Amino acid sequence: MSGAAGPGGPALEAVDVTRSYVLEGVTVEALRGVTLAVEQGDYAAVVGPSGSGKSTLMHLLGGLDRPTTGTLRVGGRDVSAMTEDELAALRNRTIGFVFQSFQLLARTSAVDNVGMPLVYRGAGRAERRRRAQAALERVGMGHRLDHRPNELSGGEQQRVAIARALVGEPQVLLADEPTGNLDTRNGADVMALLEELNAEQGVAVVLVTHDLEIAGRARRQVRVRDGLLEDAPPRNQQHQGAVDFDGGSVR
Amino acid sequence: MRVAEAFRVAVTALQANRLRSLLTMLGVIIGVSAVVVLVAIGTGAKQEVENQVNGLGANLVILVPGQLEFGSAPTRSRLELADADRVGRAIGQPGDVAVTLASGETVRAGGNSAFATVNGTNAAVPRIFNRPVARGEYLRESDVDTRRRVAVIGPELADALFEGADPLGRNVAVGGVRFRVIGVFAPLGGAFGASRDAEVHIPVTAAQRLFDDMRVDALAVKAPTTEEIDAVSGTALGVLQSRYPDEEFSAVTQDQILGTVGRILGLLTTVLAAIAAISLLVGGVGVSNIMLVSVRERTREIGLRKAVGARQRDVLLQFLIEAVLLTTIGGVLGIALGVGGSLALAAAIEQLPAVITWWSPALAFGVSAAVGVFFGVVPARRAGRLDPVVALRSE
Repeated sequence: MSGAAGPGGPALEAVDVTRSYVLEGVTVEALRGVTLAVEQGDYAAVVGPSGSGKSTLMHLLGGLDRPTTGTLRVGGRDVSAMTEDELAALRNRTIGFVFQSFQLLARTSAVDNVGMPLVYRGAGRAERRRRAQAALERVGMGHRLDHRPNELSGGEQQRVAIARALVGEPQVLLADEPTGNLDTRNGADVMALLEELNAEQGVAVVLVTHDLEIAGRARRQVRVRDGLLEDAPPRNQQHQGAVDFDGGSVR
Repeated sequence: MRVAEAFRVAVTALQANRLRSLLTMLGVIIGVSAVVVLVAIGTGAKQEVENQVNGLGANLVILVPGQLEFGSAPTRSRLELADADRVGRAIGQPGDVAVTLASGETVRAGGNSAFATVNGTNAAVPRIFNRPVARGEYLRESDVDTRRRVAVIGPELADALFEGADPLGRNVAVGGVRFRVIGVFAPLGGAFGASRDAEVHIPVTAAQRLFDDMRVDALAVKAPTTEEIDAVSGTALGVLQSRYPDEEFSAVTQDQILGTVGRILGLLTTVLAAIAAISLLVGGVGVSNIMLVSVRERTREIGLRKAVGARQRDVLLQFLIEAVLLTTIGGVLGIALGVGGSLALAAAIEQLPAVITWWSPALAFGVSAAVGVFFGVVPARRAGRLDPVVALRSE
């Protein structure tokens, strides 16, 4: 893996992270002080009712968003000190996203969908195809390389999406309700695939779900309610010293 | 992101909405083709005038009464035939001064009639102007001296009056006076104004009697070389000035005519092309509009691309290339249409010359690419700045 984390350090680390939005003049606190570490090779499920802040947490962990306060380290690097471009590179190399609605590009073949993240590393067409093909074979879709999303079943589409998340060899797969749009059998297949990747390739898997049965399969559960982790104390005002603004020098 | 990849994505996106892409391009196509056609016609007109003016002959100096400036009132000539001899002697070319006294008249032959410019001239004309006679001969000195009623007619007039029959030796009537046709001019062609192929040349002395006017309109001399044009016109003007101290005269050279006409046509071409270019701008607004729609439609794609590592400038580049592709494809189609249209117009309408210059399609292409960048940058920046979290959620 090409991540910047030191050996043994957590892949993702949130320290007292808050995230608030201003919606029509009203400040909404989606996260109110979350401290969480995702170790390398971890398999965690984030559970909680809708509106609890679990999606916001997911976006933060994936480098799609930045915390309002607190420290967030992805691959050992402090996100708040990074430029937009560095954040994009981080998403490209360290994180793999799997979405509930697959988010495949229509009119684009499976192999091109999977190879798409490599475009932003400057990989050539041949290399993209080779690596995309390998990723598709890894998820059992090697026979569907040139099919378009509308020619694939939901389960197959999610497998292609997982291959896309995998193609960049990330440290962490972030899966947001990956089985939410699938029937039970396809959902079980997708879960089995994610677990296999976690066990065999050591890629950390963090999945957001409200399905407790699925959450129960993970090694551990992180429960979010009202912007806080359950079993964790609310944000401590004395805790500000832990916030690090000087470029991620804390190791 | 590699430009080639952005290019490929843009092509795919345009292909996905073929009709919309084509309609969006239409504004650019029309603008570019209009510019190309108008510039072609303007250039053709200018070239045609140059050909005609240069086709008159070489190193001409035409002496006319009055100030030759825009806005000055036409001056009634006081020149007379004897002035031609004076000028000829002064410039050392006695007998080589052409005169003209022209009038529009109805010319008849048999049952046919046609309106023509009847030009009273002298035998010096072929030595000064490039005016070849195809059949028969031109007026002679003796014809002028004896006020003989003979005429040399243009080929167009010959066709109109004699309908293919040989006009030599036949009579034409001008103002009730009969002239015998002794020559037919070779065709000159010409696109503007009265055709010189429908002229009638008669001895100036006969014309003076016919029109009851003992003056001449203008004189024309030919400088031996281009370098001597100024000297010749100076001498000739001096002669006329001392003879008519209270009159003004002008010496007109071909360069002056070309300069003036060129300026007018150049200005006209620029104005017309600028008007056509407005439609190019309108086309650009259309491109901008449709690109905003495209960005909105593909918000989720943008969110996804950002989530997997696209930088702001990668997304910006992708949409900018799409916009530029729209306008440059439109530009190329417009150039093809413009060139084709110019050639078709020139072929269909004889009086409308069109010349395709290398620079007008090149400029049109460059301008359409610039329009793409200019009108594409706002939608592309909007795409680049989209928040991935928000973009991924959009439906």
